[in-house]
Amino acid sequence: MEYFVIIISAIFVSNIVLAQFLGICPFLGVSNKVDTAVGMSFAVLFVMTLATLVTWLIYHYVLAPFQITFLQTISFILVIASLVQMVEIILKKISPPLYQALGIYLPLITTNCAVMGVALLTIGKDFNFLEAIVFAISNAIGFGLAMTLFAGLREHLDLMEVPAGMRGVPIALVTAGILAMAFMGFTGLV
Amino acid sequence: MNQWLNFTKGFIRENPVFTLLLGLCPALAVTSSAFNGLGMGIATTFVLMSSNMVVSVIKNYIPDKVRIPSFIVIIASFVTIVELVMQAYAPSLFKALGIFIPLIVVNCLVLGRAEGFASKNSFVSALIDGLGMGLGFTFALTLLGAIREMLGSGSLFGYTLVSGDMILVFILQPGAFIVLGYLVAMFNKIKKSA
Repeated sequence: MEYFVIIISAIFVSNIVLAQFLGICPFLGVSNKVDTAVGMSFAVLFVMTLATLVTWLIYHYVLAPFQITFLQTISFILVIASLVQMVEIILKKISPPLYQALGIYLPLITTNCAVMGVALLTIGKDFNFLEAIVFAISNAIGFGLAMTLFAGLREHLDLMEVPAGMRGVPIALVTAGILAMAFMGFTGLV
Repeated sequence: MNQWLNFTKGFIRENPVFTLLLGLCPALAVTSSAFNGLGMGIATTFVLMSSNMVVSVIKNYIPDKVRIPSFIVIIASFVTIVELVMQAYAPSLFKALGIFIPLIVVNCLVLGRAEGFASKNSFVSALIDGLGMGLGFTFALTLLGAIREMLGSGSLFGYTLVSGDMILVFILQPGAFIVLGYLVAMFNKIKKSA
């Protein structure tokens, strides 16, 4: 039951993009087409889960026992950056088709604040190991949901007659605002 | 004159938030009031300026291949300093900004200036660029926060302007996206006519 609450609240109630404003760059940057949005979402799912897993272990078995938790920021970013590099190299070697599909999104993920944000939130919420993994996966699904919905809306937006001054990013932001409003309807669900 | 242009570019022509669309996560997340926007802006300015200075000094000693990781370590060190100082001297602001203080590390603006400007320019230029860009970012966040605070809670920097019920949606998440959307449109217009 507890896990159910974590899943629902991460995907819908406090959606990582629309309610917590993490990962806005890819949300606006690669959401022109549904295909690329889906590709990016899978890359994020992969990296976010791995990163949360590794940073959880580092925090609880290295930083906390030695009382050097002030090094949290610096160690987490290094872990995430090297993890992304490693995933890229491994994927290239063992699964070229998957690399072809996710490759171009991987370097972008290092500076995606959603990955680092979820790692930090996991520590802040004092989750145990299993809860941390469930939390990371559900946040990635929430990210994918928001990305895909938004990409679908933007594809339609291309066909609309938008006033000249609002074309491009401004109308996309206003649309995101309305999407966020829709997600606010989930408040109080859990 | 050249340095003056270098300093002022961050406000309108190359405003990080409104024209370059960098650092949008903190710009949207912490601007529910003007004061939070200002605090976040100042913290980012400090990190931006310090990392720009250090990067421009040691740019010739960093091997090209490990450039990005070295920049990240430099930036992360300054972020840790800001984190500790803020926790000690402004605990309420630190609480309000939450995880967005450590997340300055992944703010594309900071890494972007280190890679795109400081690693190619002199110490003084990098310092002025960092300060100008940082103040431009602060200006953007404060403006966004001021508009949202006025519309959403009828006050500015905590002082009540209008009492009674206001349009609550502006201090909630949707308001952030909508206000930013209109501000981006406005800045596009200003940039074109300038």
